[in-house]
Amino acid sequence: MGKAGDEAKPRVAVHKFSSCDGCQLAFLDLGEDLVRLAELVDFVHFAEAGPVDPEAETDIAFVEGSISTPGEAERIKRIRANTRYLVPIGACATSGGIQALRNLHDGKQWLADVYPSPEYVESLATSTGIADNVTVDYQLWGCPVNGRQVLAAVRALLWGVDPVPERDKVCMECKRAGHVCVLVSRGQPCLGPVTVTGCGALCPAFGRDCYGCYGPAENPNPDALGRRFEGLGLMREDVARRFHFIHSHREPLHGAGLRWGGGGGRGP
Amino acid sequence: MSDQTRRIDIDVPVLSRVEGEGALEVHAAGGRITDLKLRIFEPPRMFERFLEGRGYHEVADAVARICGICPVAYQMSAVQALESIFGVEPGDWVRAMRRVFYCGEWIQSHALHIHLLALPDFFGYDSALAMAADYPGEVRRGMRLQALGNELMALFGARAVHPVGARVGGFHHAPKAADVADLRGRLEAAIPEAEALARWAAGFDLPDNGQEFPCLALRNGADYPMNRGRIAASTGLDVPVAEFADHVTEEQVPHSTAFHARLDGEPYLVGPLARLNINADVLPAATRALLADTGPALPSTNPFHSLLARALEIHAALVEAVRLLGDYRVPERPYAEVAPRAGTGYGATEAPRGVLWHRYETDDAGRVTAARIVPPTAQNQARMEEDLRLSLEARGLDAPDDELRFLGERVIRNYDPCISCATHFLDLTVHRR
Repeated sequence: MGKAGDEAKPRVAVHKFSSCDGCQLAFLDLGEDLVRLAELVDFVHFAEAGPVDPEAETDIAFVEGSISTPGEAERIKRIRANTRYLVPIGACATSGGIQALRNLHDGKQWLADVYPSPEYVESLATSTGIADNVTVDYQLWGCPVNGRQVLAAVRALLWGVDPVPERDKVCMECKRAGHVCVLVSRGQPCLGPVTVTGCGALCPAFGRDCYGCYGPAENPNPDALGRRFEGLGLMREDVARRFHFIHSHREPLHGAGLRWGGGGGRGP
Repeated sequence: MSDQTRRIDIDVPVLSRVEGEGALEVHAAGGRITDLKLRIFEPPRMFERFLEGRGYHEVADAVARICGICPVAYQMSAVQALESIFGVEPGDWVRAMRRVFYCGEWIQSHALHIHLLALPDFFGYDSALAMAADYPGEVRRGMRLQALGNELMALFGARAVHPVGARVGGFHHAPKAADVADLRGRLEAAIPEAEALARWAAGFDLPDNGQEFPCLALRNGADYPMNRGRIAASTGLDVPVAEFADHVTEEQVPHSTAFHARLDGEPYLVGPLARLNINADVLPAATRALLADTGPALPSTNPFHSLLARALEIHAALVEAVRLLGDYRVPERPYAEVAPRAGTGYGATEAPRGVLWHRYETDDAGRVTAARIVPPTAQNQARMEEDLRLSLEARGLDAPDDELRFLGERVIRNYDPCISCATHFLDLTVHRR
């Protein structure tokens, strides 16, 4: 990858926290573009791909995964101190991910339910996004993020301009692509009306309901959508589980899910 | 420890090119290892716990998130277990296309491991990108295969990471015949590339430390196992999937968040080499012919044959996908109707890294009331420790620490551990006496 002492190129790191490794694949699946990218930037730390220097000073640090252990809470502070731009990528890094479902319950009790000897395991009761722990500069949503998103972000930063975040709802992209609305035509509880674009409206293209893996869009109205879901025949608890899935820890989905009775009835 | 112990602490930077935080602690006396612990720290994400209360139709999308590199495996084991509870018969089209979908994941995952994670060890580079300058053809061939695997997954799942096409009963969507024909042509064109990869890999100079270890894999006797088979082992074990847990026990050990699994009390191997040792006779004919040329002689007792086994499985997956897509037609409906009911069900499929076993209990509405998942890497952990012990002793514990550490890392990488962990520190501590 990059050569040590290559001062001319921006220095980039890809760090991993609690996650499935799927967002790093946005880089590792680039193929030929990864080789070209490695000519434009110097990957100083990207353990899964080879280079290792977790404490290196960087221009851009991409972070995959959530903060779910005491060690991670410390490590992210050092990364923040060592980088100019900190860019969380993916649902875990931006909102705690699917594993943030434990935040709605007694996380310590859950640990005891899964591990016969929970004292052997270092874990926090919660799983939180990077921005809940340190200041971040840009965020890339999605579970997982895709190659187009990471390349666009790198390209923008290389030109010295701000990456433009997506704001539209999946419905906009879905209609532009000419897909038939699965909520209207099939009565499926599609989260498209409250979910941000970026995926390419993949689920409706496949004739199924969006399940919100890119997180909330700008100014969504989940309660109105929840009432619509009730009209489709969903029970209140089913509506709550729609909101509390991939991005359960992020507003307004978090609060909406609680209002619909999710999270073991614990108030916000 | 006695005061004659010379303790050496080596801070190794992050163990690269694996997924996982490892720490290796070695105690040695008189040139023998007396204690060895491979520590794996996977921040617990507690999937089994938060699946409780979820509807059956949510499980496939949830369990995909356990692993970004093998989401299809999690989806396939899960839908199989749930279909067994509900008595769903998905039919021939779904079964064939699930196998094709799985071929995509094998091709992608194996190509990624061989080229981006393992090969640099064999050629003395720290990364595939560094290696690409000197071996442009080989590295690019690997990336092309990886991309083809991703395309095949996306054909049925819209994207390769956390694909959205799988459901209990079958698929949400059937690809268009024209898209299938186009990709099938490119898969067929890649078969010679996979063959060349296997022939190249067969020529690598491998460490040879013949080891005795039981192998465990699915076996159905008709085709190379992905979605179908009984639990079979080289020990003679041959039981239905539901009885897996009667023979494989999991224990929590203080030094790891991954449970250690043992087969009737012994460490054992799952994954490409175990599959090959147990199922070589049902490989596609073209892959069997290739195996006769490239080796290894089976059953292999050298864990380092795993890389060649992966290359052969890429070839087999391409051949199978081309065959199964040969008479592709769009079905009337790509899934069978599902009527949920209460019960207990089991599913086991062959993830790229080995047998992935799921058990679910559901209530009348099809909501999950209990879930248990045994991933391949947990099954391999005891075997990895045993391999580390044998490999380091065979090398000789008087070797320089750097050399022991490199060998240790290489042994671990060879298993392609798929552990979503926070960091990747391998701290090798050798206590010599």
